[in-house]
Amino acid sequence: MNIHEYQAKEIFRSHGIPIPPGDVATTPEEAEEIARRFGGTVVVKAQVHAGGRGKAGGVKLAKTPEEAKEIASRILGMEIKGLPVERVLVTPAADIASEAYVGIIVDRASKKPVFMVSPAGGIDIEEVAAQTPDKIMRLPVDSRYGLRGYQAMELAFFLYKDVKQARAAAKMMQELYEAFMDSGASLAEINPLVTTPSGEVLALDAKMVIDDNELDRRQSIAALRDESAEAPSEVEAREANLTFIKLDGNVGCIVNGAGLAMATMDLVKYYGGEPANFLDIGGSSNPEKVVNALRIITSDPNVKAILFNIFGGITRTDDVANGIVTATKATPLKVPIVIRLTGTNEEIALKILQDNGFSAMSDMDEAVKKAVALAIGNNSGMAA
Amino acid sequence: MSIFIDSSTRLIVQGITGRDGSFHTKQMIEYGTNVVAGVTPGKGGQMFEGRVPVFNTVHDAVRETGANTSVIYVPPVGAADAMLEAADAGIALVVCITEGVPVLDMTVVYPFFKEKGIRLIGPNCPGLISPGKSKVGIIPGSICTPGPIGLVSRSGTLTYELVYQMTRAGMGQTTCVGIGGDPINGTNFIDCLDAFENDPETTAVVMIGEIGGTDEQEAARFVKERMSKPVVGFIAGQTAPPGRRMGHAGAIISGSAGTAAEKMQAFEENGLGVAKRPIDVVGLLKERMK
Repeated sequence: MNIHEYQAKEIFRSHGIPIPPGDVATTPEEAEEIARRFGGTVVVKAQVHAGGRGKAGGVKLAKTPEEAKEIASRILGMEIKGLPVERVLVTPAADIASEAYVGIIVDRASKKPVFMVSPAGGIDIEEVAAQTPDKIMRLPVDSRYGLRGYQAMELAFFLYKDVKQARAAAKMMQELYEAFMDSGASLAEINPLVTTPSGEVLALDAKMVIDDNELDRRQSIAALRDESAEAPSEVEAREANLTFIKLDGNVGCIVNGAGLAMATMDLVKYYGGEPANFLDIGGSSNPEKVVNALRIITSDPNVKAILFNIFGGITRTDDVANGIVTATKATPLKVPIVIRLTGTNEEIALKILQDNGFSAMSDMDEAVKKAVALAIGNNSGMAA
Repeated sequence: MSIFIDSSTRLIVQGITGRDGSFHTKQMIEYGTNVVAGVTPGKGGQMFEGRVPVFNTVHDAVRETGANTSVIYVPPVGAADAMLEAADAGIALVVCITEGVPVLDMTVVYPFFKEKGIRLIGPNCPGLISPGKSKVGIIPGSICTPGPIGLVSRSGTLTYELVYQMTRAGMGQTTCVGIGGDPINGTNFIDCLDAFENDPETTAVVMIGEIGGTDEQEAARFVKERMSKPVVGFIAGQTAPPGRRMGHAGAIISGSAGTAAEKMQAFEENGLGVAKRPIDVVGLLKERMK
């Protein structure tokens, strides 16, 4: 789960990390009022779950409250990487002497949280890693012991020669680590970590990504979710306990199991179609899940055919067949549907479907080919 | 032979009285797995289905029954604790089925197992099955058949699909291992490939991977450098968009890393058979097993 810069800053602040003050505005007038309160030059920053906000024109300096209002009116309502900007963060501009990068991720290879720091801050860390990898220091942390003081100093000395600055940075690394662990994060970044001409060390930006598996046990973090930043169909799917990702294609897919769902999407493309989505219906043959899945898929006007791909091991395929019949009787479909069922009680299931006028098969490749043909043939929007 | 489980497996089920635990224990018993005990704190002293004694703790169960393997059907919030408990009680192989274990929990569980030299499979996996001998987890026995091919996979139902197609083609399995879909797991592809290479009954191996991480790429190098047996691979997620978690916690392309294309190229470069579609696995196996 993503959270906004202003939310991550709040979490960092509560762990002691030095962050300049800032307030969120949802209207240009609010931005003006906040700028007036701070006095002096402020930065107006778009709050969206996307990188490259600066490049997109979503981060701008404002020398006066009136300028802040004008800039906010341009940024609010802007779209950055397809995401609407509904909030801006207004914060006093800082004088910057140097910019560094500090980040923590859970590294799959070492199976540990890993610190990455670089004196080349303010730019894309992946670029630094690609062009000048020696400018990055990596330090894995044993989460049973936490970030030790000497490790924090090692990281800090990689960034700063000045001892006072290094000590301030080391303290901040430990606070960042605590924030990371306390929030159940999979990523926490400060980019840039700056020094001011007077020698202060400040975090000017904050980014956190939370491990979805932590949300059930961290209610206050889960409450930070911004649903307006997600596609409505994806919000609906999550509430229906379905895993759903919207794509751009013409074949809607409903599958049990994430790996099989990905393989189904791949097969659709292989046979000349385009997957419209990823949807994992899980192990349940519960008709309500089928109803919800079908509603979400068919609300996408790009979907010209629907493909069910169900491999029933524990899941009984006749239960799924009955679910489909029930669901489609309640809400008749407007696009053709192909159903592939294999596994437990397969013959019974295929008969139930065929008796109800559905195209039912047990071979995955044949089912995908058929769905693709129907989608392409259905481009005029007429049901088969 | 088979790897990791066989007829000497003596199994404890942690979470035996829960909905999933009880259902799958019945299935495992029906398959012929030697289920010697169950553990549900607070239900010690009961009998499951009149035949399996239930204990309060894994220590109690091991002491009374000499169990050597454990399978965990415990909800995410308690799963890490259940894994640590099993390792601490001297279980040699722990299989965690649970999906949704927080990744940071695994940064504590993994080193605990590694330092004790105990094998963990999972979490978020369907378990493993040595057809005709033993099944630990939820892989349906009816789709498998004994034979000479080893299989290792990150997926659940996609694994079943491949096994089903192999069985239909007369290509039986020594052991099918689901290593699970999480970013930090106890057993990886190389661990299984190594075991299959050393198993006299396994003559070829199938690897089923997905987007995210570098496990498949490292495994491909291992195949080239350390294996004599043919290996065929399939990667799910060729059409997955970057930056999105595709169901499994570990199925995510970070930046440009961990794409299906990258993994398939690693397979190609290291001499593995590369299946573009699941069905292609069977043909590639036949070619390479001549």
